[in-house]
Amino acid sequence: MVDTAPGPGLILFNRFGMGARPGDLAGLRLDPRAALKAELAKADVALVSEADASALGLMSTTPNIQAAYAAQAERSLDKKQAEDATRLGTAPRAALWGIGSDAVAEARPNAMAMTAARPPAKPGPRIEQTIYNAEALARIDMATRAEIGFVERLVAFWSNHFCVSVRKGDIIRVTAGSFEREAIRPNVLGSFLDMLMAVEHHPAMLYFLDNNQSIGPDSIAGQRQKRGLNENLAREIMELHTLGVGSGYAQADVTSLARVLTGWTYAGREGRQGEPGSFVFNVRAHEPGDQMVIGKAYLQGGLGQGEAALTDLARHPATAHHIATKLARHFIADDPPPAIVDRLAKVFRDRDGDLRALAVALIDSPEAWSVPLTKIRNPYDVAMASARLSGAVPQEAGPSLNIMRNLGMPLWEVADPNGYPDTEAAWGSPEEMKLRLDLSVQIAHGVRSAKAPLDMLDDLAGQEASADTRLAVSRAESREQAMALLLMSPEFQRR
Amino acid sequence: MVQLCETPNAARRALLQAGGAMFAWAYMPRFALAAEGRDPRLVVIILRGALDGLSAVAPVADPDYAALHGQLALSLSGDHPALPLDGFFALNPAMPIFAALFAQRQAAIVHAVATPYRDRSHFDGQDVLESGQAGPGLVDSGWLNRAMAVLPKGDRISKIDGLAVGATTPLVIRGPAPIVGWAPQIIPVANEDLASRVLALYQARDPRLADSLVHGLSLDRIAGNAMTDKTMRGGMDTPQGMRQAAIGAARLLAAEDGPRVAALAFDGWDTHVNEGGATGRLAQLLGGLDGAIGAFRDGLGESWRDTAIVVATEFGRTVHINGTTGTDHGTGTVAFLAGGAIKGGRVLADWPGLAAARLYQSRDVMPTTDLRSVFKGLLQDHLGLPQTILDTTVLPGSIGVRPIQGLVV
Repeated sequence: MVDTAPGPGLILFNRFGMGARPGDLAGLRLDPRAALKAELAKADVALVSEADASALGLMSTTPNIQAAYAAQAERSLDKKQAEDATRLGTAPRAALWGIGSDAVAEARPNAMAMTAARPPAKPGPRIEQTIYNAEALARIDMATRAEIGFVERLVAFWSNHFCVSVRKGDIIRVTAGSFEREAIRPNVLGSFLDMLMAVEHHPAMLYFLDNNQSIGPDSIAGQRQKRGLNENLAREIMELHTLGVGSGYAQADVTSLARVLTGWTYAGREGRQGEPGSFVFNVRAHEPGDQMVIGKAYLQGGLGQGEAALTDLARHPATAHHIATKLARHFIADDPPPAIVDRLAKVFRDRDGDLRALAVALIDSPEAWSVPLTKIRNPYDVAMASARLSGAVPQEAGPSLNIMRNLGMPLWEVADPNGYPDTEAAWGSPEEMKLRLDLSVQIAHGVRSAKAPLDMLDDLAGQEASADTRLAVSRAESREQAMALLLMSPEFQRR
Repeated sequence: MVQLCETPNAARRALLQAGGAMFAWAYMPRFALAAEGRDPRLVVIILRGALDGLSAVAPVADPDYAALHGQLALSLSGDHPALPLDGFFALNPAMPIFAALFAQRQAAIVHAVATPYRDRSHFDGQDVLESGQAGPGLVDSGWLNRAMAVLPKGDRISKIDGLAVGATTPLVIRGPAPIVGWAPQIIPVANEDLASRVLALYQARDPRLADSLVHGLSLDRIAGNAMTDKTMRGGMDTPQGMRQAAIGAARLLAAEDGPRVAALAFDGWDTHVNEGGATGRLAQLLGGLDGAIGAFRDGLGESWRDTAIVVATEFGRTVHINGTTGTDHGTGTVAFLAGGAIKGGRVLADWPGLAAARLYQSRDVMPTTDLRSVFKGLLQDHLGLPQTILDTTVLPGSIGVRPIQGLVV
């Protein structure tokens, strides 16, 4: 499998897409390039529809942050009241331990009778977790229902490129999903500049990379308090979001861009600067004066100063090369042929960062149809491809989120701003393959299908399934083992 | 100044130096090691995110330290006093195990140390730290792996695969020499029948996946079986995760036929905001590292005597605290050494001072020791690699960087 030219079905659904669903390959008579372009041409294909959003109870970022603020306030009030009550000795036991909860009483009748030391009632899910789960389900729903899933792969690619992480805290837990819906999805087939602007204005990113805490030393706020500049956002914009590391900018450029971006924040709980949780430009924190970034002066101009700098960064040739390399690495090979990188970079430059044109260039590249499938699916792809293969649309996010977490790629939860790695070395390591083997059994347990295993192999790879895989599946000792073998087969793991 | 100590096993090195010809060298170290009855272990721990060396090992007697490092500065007094080391430096109170090892002369510190990398990107900084190249660039092998690869055939270490701990393999141990991966188990295991069927399929269709899986399977048996708590709570950027990883790795390294070289990477040291000093976020991480070192000591048992652990990070952080009670990306920082094989109880530092004029680019600890000289010293004295090989193959472009001698007992 590794060294042979792939068939069109595996290219379509593994290299470009989210995995084949039952019947997809049987019906594959179209020109696969045309099928990919047709998906790109569907109206609003990247957007979570209003109906779906309201069915799932999704809200935009501002109310999400307000909900987190309210929940935090309520929890600290509860805690204080409980502490006060304990101190005064007036606490009813039920209030302290949550007793009265039928669930506890029913679950542990003997324990209840035997001892007075009762366990606290399990609290309901926190609002932050509820929001996160709803957003995750929306992402999973989009990916499992997509025709091919090329656009969803692009969404995941850009979401990882501009990653935020819930490890940072509850503000990201409630905004990671709405960040993706608001900053990534509307622009995924639009312009890179628009996406960059949306990302760097977004509260999730401003919080994740600490810009909400960065204050110009000579600004009004800076002169009144001790807090000052934080260069985290500025550095990652240059290193990760636009130019790429080693492309020639200097420490001084990072510091200058950090000054340019001071004041980019979001309104806090009290709403002194604007509606709580919404983007605001805090002029009192903005460093006054002109700044030089990569040899160009940006004149004192408040918010416009930063937007002008971001515009130039988005159009810099180094940015074109950086994005082209990452895209080609994601879709073609860990070390992509230089020709395709150059071609994608040229499209990026010539079309002013038009991401739809870039997606079309990928489809039209000969390498996409000839380079062997040496990439290994990342855990998100594994979770989505297995859900699609089962033919069911997930009703809850939990199982998919568990697959991703167990394989080392929890959703919206990277350890550092580089995003998740995108190489075989990362996802095909000995330990990872062992985990995948163990997990294949768990997934196979959960698949409810009466289909004959060989029919499922046809769903997965059609005529392109190898004789070896066909033999291994046909000889499996149980339906479940056959399913696990399918999930471990190169036809499933490689893309 | 760097202390250049005379090494007690001079006889061995004399042998090495005499054996100038490749052929002669190829058979020397094995005999030398056997003669001494040693079975060395080398563990490399990478701290990703750039550790603030000034909050880990504080130059409490430097007149500029307290003012410069502000709220994050450690002190020998107060509620959470730093642990005294040598009168000049003191250790973060979150590291009592390391302090005890230091007192027993089984742990040492190198300060004001840095790789040759002088910019401030994590990505490139880690590449330089782990690849062992003089500068950043796309490479696919690390210095630890290349050191294993150039050991003579038949040497104790080269006979057994190196060990990569964690879900992803750190670059430092990737390369031509064979390695295996292991991470704390987090889900129930598949049965042997399925494993052998999948392996057979891979052997027919996808040799690279076959290779990966066979290594993943063989390692898990030894490391996982004896762990009392199989559930890993959180990743390897939590104190619990660090400890779990060290427990499993120590078990593998202690086995008679287990690996002798291992690499681990702990994430999360990028303390831009609310770093904390004697307590807080950084102290929590340092406590995790301390627990991991303790788990190695306890888990290695008799083999601790032959073990050297080196803990390094891609670069340090700024001397001044930033506007958000954290620190930004800097240069000079600290490296930790621990193990029964380490000649400890010392802080090795050509201390540059923290006066404004002595800082690197007016913001960072000036690096005065090249981290590669630490690696070279360990590889030379602990694994028996000759300097010429270290200069050219293991750490290319480091001819001018002399190994620090006498790091090992």
